Amino acid sequence: MNELVFFINNVVIAGSVTGAIYAIGAIGVTLVFSIMRFAHFAHADIMTFGAFMVLVLTTAFPSVGMSIGVPTALVMLPVAMVITACLAVGIDKAFYKPLRAHGVKPIVMVIASLGVTLILQGMIRLFSGTGGQGLYVDDRKAIFRMLPFENVRVPIVITEPQIYLFAITLVAVIALHLFLSRSRLGKAMRAMSDNPELAQASGINTNTIVAVTWVIAGGLAAIAGTLLSLDVTFKPDLSFFLLLPIFAAAIVGGVGHPFGAVAGGFVVAFAETLAVFNWGVFLRPFRDSLPTWLELPSNLAFVGTEYKIVVPFFILVAILIWRPTGIFKGKVI
Amino acid sequence: MTPLIDVQQVNKAFGGLQVIDNCSIRVEKGSITGMIGPNGAGKSTLFNLMAGALSPDSGRILLEGEDITALSADQRFHKGLLRTFQIAHEFSQMSALENLMMVPPQQAGENLFTAWLKPGLVRREEAEVHRRALEVIDFIGLHHVRNELAGNLSGGQKKLLELGRTMMTNAKIVLLDEIAAGVNRTLLGDLISNIERLNREMGYTFLVIEHDMDMIARLCDPVIVLAQGQVMVEGHIEDIQNNPDVIDAYFGAGAA
Repeated sequence: MNELVFFINNVVIAGSVTGAIYAIGAIGVTLVFSIMRFAHFAHADIMTFGAFMVLVLTTAFPSVGMSIGVPTALVMLPVAMVITACLAVGIDKAFYKPLRAHGVKPIVMVIASLGVTLILQGMIRLFSGTGGQGLYVDDRKAIFRMLPFENVRVPIVITEPQIYLFAITLVAVIALHLFLSRSRLGKAMRAMSDNPELAQASGINTNTIVAVTWVIAGGLAAIAGTLLSLDVTFKPDLSFFLLLPIFAAAIVGGVGHPFGAVAGGFVVAFAETLAVFNWGVFLRPFRDSLPTWLELPSNLAFVGTEYKIVVPFFILVAILIWRPTGIFKGKVI
Repeated sequence: MTPLIDVQQVNKAFGGLQVIDNCSIRVEKGSITGMIGPNGAGKSTLFNLMAGALSPDSGRILLEGEDITALSADQRFHKGLLRTFQIAHEFSQMSALENLMMVPPQQAGENLFTAWLKPGLVRREEAEVHRRALEVIDFIGLHHVRNELAGNLSGGQKKLLELGRTMMTNAKIVLLDEIAAGVNRTLLGDLISNIERLNREMGYTFLVIEHDMDMIARLCDPVIVLAQGQVMVEGHIEDIQNNPDVIDAYFGAGAA
């Protein structure tokens, strides 16, 4: 049973945590793509920026959360979401809107977004330094250990930020669904992703829709970046480890499809955790019945942890060969 | 009387090609004005300039005397200037009924603040829009496919849906870009009588691009002939059909 708990800790919980973060990131990528039709490479850095804002605010007011019993970083998250949303709208106004006005090809927008990536990475590094910093400044990270099985000494471990992560992801996805399916503005967004020309001829202000898209993408990016930093630590190069997985998630789910992005996020995350999981632990109970010449290797994973980043790449290749439009056949929201 | 639409000396070039060449046209209020011309005459470009999908290199466009040259397509929509597309456009992933419900202008729900602050108002409007969309879909005879995804409709049905879109709101002028192309004969009769009804009963003004001369003859007066980005002649259809310049433009010099 120790092995099962090990599996739950290292695959089920770890995979869900990473999956939720990838999912929220990939929703932003997929929304931006469906409205503006380009791959926004700076998205992962907007996530880093959101987390950095939380770090700055938490460092400035470290004890706000104590009075209400929530980590300070989470209290600061809404403020950081607003700032990040403003940043996303500002970046669009400064860099992408002039290009759109010239009617450039999507590839030009993609390259512009690479430029924005470099700008953001440089700026964040300039102010945060290069090292990692925890988002728990004054408060302590609560860790829950559960012993659900009798005679099992190893506990199932789940941390406070992970619980918040699941709750916030669930709320964000449901809220987005209601927004897109019920509200007029959400429907206008779907309309624009379907046929921008007709949307405009139907009196939909496409500038408003673009701005709303950036607000949602920016806000969600701040959530994802912050929750990741809460779970581990804040680093200025977080985006480096996020970019490939979230794009893989968006493509796996079907670009332009928000729920595809959620599914894609979990597919990529579980593929990663299953690939680096040490399957040897399941053989350990049988060690005594194995022939003596067969020595169990200490690690029996598909790839080493340090190669985790290549897993999404393999999934991407496979999806692009066998199902290029993704699980949900994405095109419009 | 000020014309409803007044296009004044508009120019538009794509690269080195002068598609609209110092062109001026007027559409009188309450008329069904036809626009014909050989392929490449610039009819659709002129429509795009009027609707705001393109902006002119020079010249002005007035709607009821008001300069709308600088307005975007959606702003012109809210001024009562509506258009259909030559190749039918639809929101393919929404049902026919939802397509119509996307249209109405000045909706409270589209403004972020009213959406959150006055949910009751938004709901009432939504119910009103739904009722109107049902009326329109009956009117254009698509009731039986109202819940079908618009992307799955036939070409002719999509054209009807385009006309239906213009009926969701109180338009001043509707630009119809080859609304009859690809519509079968029975539907075409309905289409024409619908356009006439909208003109007579609801005071819609129409500007119609059409290749079908029968439809032009039945529906439009006056008719503007466009050739090489300029107005060649304008007048009653019978005069135009007998005008030697027009025959030349369509069939080339030397044709009988």
